[in-house]
Amino acid sequence: MKPSPIGYVRATSLAHALDLLAEGDGEEKVLAGGQSLVASLNLRLIESPNLIDINGIDDLHGIAEDGDVVRVGALTRHCDLMACDIIARHVPILSEAAPLIAHAAIRTRGTIGGSVANADPAAELPACVVALDATIVLASKTDGERRVMASDFFLGLFETARRDDELLVAIEFPKIKPGERQSIRELVRRSGDYALAGLAIAGPTDAPRLVFFGVGDAPVVAAGAMAVLADGGSVDEAALALEDDLDPADDINGSAGYKKHISRVLLKRALSGDRQSDAA
Amino acid sequence: MTIAFGNPDRPNSYIGRSVPRPNAGKLVAGAGRYVDDVVLPRMVHVAFLRSPHARAKIEAIDVGAALEIPGVIRVFTGAEIAETCTPWVAVLAHLKGLKSAPQHAVAVEHATWVGEPVAAIVADSRAAAEDGLAAIEASFDPLPVVVDMRTALDAETPLIHPELGDNLTFQRLHEKGEIDAVFASAHKIVEARFKTGRHTGVCLEPRSILADYSRSEGQLTVHHSTQAPHMMQTVFAQHLDLPEAKVRVICGDVGGSYGIKVHVYPDEVATAAIAKIMGRPVKFVADRLESFATDIHARDHEIDGRIAVDENGRILALDIDDLTGIGPYSVYPRTSAIEGNQVVNLCGGPYDFQTYRARTTVVLQNKTPTCQYRAVGHPIATAVTEGLVDMAAEALGLDPVEIRRRNLVADDAYPYTSAANMRFEGLSHHASLDKLLSMIDYDALRADQAEARKQGIHRGIGIASFIELTNPSPFMYGIGGARISAQDGCTVRMDPDGSVVAMSGVTEQGQGTEGMLAQIVAEGVGVPVSKVRIITGDTQTTPYGGGTWASRGAGIGGEAALQAGLALRENILVIAASMLQSTPEQLDVADGQIVDKATGEARMPLEELGRIVYFRGDTLAKGLPRELVVTRHYITSEYPFAFTNGVQASYLEVDIDTGFVKLLKHWCVEDCGRVINPMLVDEQIRGGIVQGIGGALYEECVYDGEGQLLNANMADYLVPMAAEMPDMIIGHVETPTKESLLGAKGAGEAGTAGAPAAIMNAINDALRPLGARVTQMPFTPERILTALGTIQH
Repeated sequence: MKPSPIGYVRATSLAHALDLLAEGDGEEKVLAGGQSLVASLNLRLIESPNLIDINGIDDLHGIAEDGDVVRVGALTRHCDLMACDIIARHVPILSEAAPLIAHAAIRTRGTIGGSVANADPAAELPACVVALDATIVLASKTDGERRVMASDFFLGLFETARRDDELLVAIEFPKIKPGERQSIRELVRRSGDYALAGLAIAGPTDAPRLVFFGVGDAPVVAAGAMAVLADGGSVDEAALALEDDLDPADDINGSAGYKKHISRVLLKRALSGDRQSDAA
Repeated sequence: MTIAFGNPDRPNSYIGRSVPRPNAGKLVAGAGRYVDDVVLPRMVHVAFLRSPHARAKIEAIDVGAALEIPGVIRVFTGAEIAETCTPWVAVLAHLKGLKSAPQHAVAVEHATWVGEPVAAIVADSRAAAEDGLAAIEASFDPLPVVVDMRTALDAETPLIHPELGDNLTFQRLHEKGEIDAVFASAHKIVEARFKTGRHTGVCLEPRSILADYSRSEGQLTVHHSTQAPHMMQTVFAQHLDLPEAKVRVICGDVGGSYGIKVHVYPDEVATAAIAKIMGRPVKFVADRLESFATDIHARDHEIDGRIAVDENGRILALDIDDLTGIGPYSVYPRTSAIEGNQVVNLCGGPYDFQTYRARTTVVLQNKTPTCQYRAVGHPIATAVTEGLVDMAAEALGLDPVEIRRRNLVADDAYPYTSAANMRFEGLSHHASLDKLLSMIDYDALRADQAEARKQGIHRGIGIASFIELTNPSPFMYGIGGARISAQDGCTVRMDPDGSVVAMSGVTEQGQGTEGMLAQIVAEGVGVPVSKVRIITGDTQTTPYGGGTWASRGAGIGGEAALQAGLALRENILVIAASMLQSTPEQLDVADGQIVDKATGEARMPLEELGRIVYFRGDTLAKGLPRELVVTRHYITSEYPFAFTNGVQASYLEVDIDTGFVKLLKHWCVEDCGRVINPMLVDEQIRGGIVQGIGGALYEECVYDGEGQLLNANMADYLVPMAAEMPDMIIGHVETPTKESLLGAKGAGEAGTAGAPAAIMNAINDALRPLGARVTQMPFTPERILTALGTIQH
């Protein structure tokens, strides 16, 4: 399929982009890596949008340490995450997650801001953002910068707290501390596919945050299982608690029962240090 | 003339060598010329409004708003197309009782599957045409749908085509021997129900056509991504009321086909009809959604199978009941009854037994039409047969290898006629199995499996013997009334510079047909392969032929090329003998030179002979034949089909917690007769195995109860990808067919034929200690966990 006619402006600065968003009529779509957006355009799932291309905005690039946090610019490509020493040292889950995203060509174009703003429930980075309780930095012409905690950002299927006039400009990740762990694993039929189910883990080694992806409308915080672990419960008890934590839907990739089952398997393997290959 | 195939040091010994493909560089460089690369003056694009309903009455199509869209030129309804294009009915006379309804290029009154064209919109770009599609106001009256093949014949199920009287399109029962008596007295009987998943062949290049009609010449020229240009020439001529001679089909580079592009598609015929109506070039290139919804699907079968064995593990009888749903129409012109018919013909094929009953029941449904896809019917028949044989071995306490040794037709038993009345000229099941076992080191593999099991790792070994039908004679289609050539030809021409051009009726779709032809012609004539150019895929310039399908390119097209090349060599030698005051018998052509046959001494380059013949013919003896163009044709005559055989093995690991299957390694030994190019054959086998793996583990067209295809995209329809593919080790046994000098049988489908069965048997071998078994493809993690009882439904 071919896209319907498209409006296009290449923003020359952050202020320019925010002006365009402020003046818009709600048909604006921000073009970053385009790895989900362009496919949606070609499928005519989005008709006749006005594209605001932010790729030329220098302010949105870059990964930098700032005290206890690492600030990652919205235009940071997945391949940049993979290659970055700061990320490897301070936010290792992102180094681990990036290679799980699709294929090399997509990782070369796709951006962290795009992935988080798109809020695909099966995507890796939103789950990492929630697991780390990162801060989403939004900007608008009217309000300047607005900071939203990850736990407040993802509202549902492709739905976030970002207003139409706001641009996601950066994400601030807390640095990993001694005694903390971070890891991500997922089950995919083919390397690069969206996960049938995935699990991002971050926080104190004995009581980390557990965030599942691919099993709900948004990243799912497994509060019950986390509580079990915090109370000193066993891995098996935590896995049992997922029964109430998760409410996946049946779809063509698997039944709710199957997704719940493999979520339990993921949790057990992640917490027991079982390194058996998940890919098949 | 004979060729010392056994002597690799013979002159011009290209046949049997891995000669690089002459067209590979062009394709790798992105310089191929596919239909979509062809741009003609005054060209327009057509897009199709497709039915959103699986079954509906088309009430009204209002095109007024669409015509207002910038770039939109014209809109056609089904009725308008029908004024120019007659409908077709896909039946074959030899498939007794086969019936189907007239199918229009664009649906006229009723839509019968989601994706069927119901209107065509012509615009100056594809994008504008799609803008126009969105503006067409079409109203449908949705009707109850027929989706479940198990209930398609029930009295309360609506009739898709009431004029047919029922939803049964074809049924065949084959019986040999006293089946009930044999089963009644058998030592053991094992039975199971198998399902193969409806899937499709995903081509990198989608279906594509560019049709151009010249009113002044009354000539239709069609650039078409097809496997069978001459067949399509006939189809366009018949249904657009044109003389065959006024239709030219040109087939440039084709980006994969696998049988998908050997059928008549309504949108493609509509494109040609619109070209005739408008008198200008019209292009249609299917997008990926259209490919999933309208390329033929295949393998939608449910099979109940029973096997009877005696106390010595000998197979006594096989009883097969196959049910398949083919969509709303039998697909033109090869029909959609062939696949079920093949299941009847092929089940039990490798084994020596003579009591057999098999029935196929072919029903209509409101889903995408199904038809022949790579290894038609073979993966189904092989999975059922090999699944039952393994289950029988289990029941008898026999090793899977041992039960096969006891039952495979002996290598010295040929000619042999199977229980399905298939005639085999010469197969090598035992030699192939022996070779496979040594390649896989069966005992070591079993030891590894046992060791892994101690550690809680569940590995399985699966073995599957198979036969493959290749080189079809007119008994496949021609006797049924279809104008599909079983014969093929090759014209070989020597030019003044001593180079050779060969024009062949078989076609290239990326598998290396032209490379194979080039090396055969090079050996036949006696020139370096670099001096041979191959032309295929043009009905106006190549000999009339069938094209490439049913693994016939090498066996049929290759033999015609060899005979043409040898005949050209003889003609060259007649001229050379006259020039050199020798005799043709004393001379030969080697590496582009006339040589002394006895000593190999060079006497004259072919360029010199070419110079004299073409420019100084006055110096040659008067009346000397100087024919440097030769055509030869070839058709099989002794056997209806050249059967091949082989055996595959899969070694894999089942993660019993997740249900995931990891393929560790895959082997195939196959016997396609003479191997012309080992590298090309091996890659054909590997590619075929990958598509077999797709059917076994990944690929399935998933429909809901309303006949909506739920996974018509590359994210949700899982095509097997490189990262998950195991190493594949290929070996060969060569039993050349005696029907031809070349001795080649087909190799294109063997991989697909056997892979699903090998994988199924390997999974079940891994699951056996846990008491679980799977027989429904694809073997998704969820189905495996369900079989294990880990999750419930």
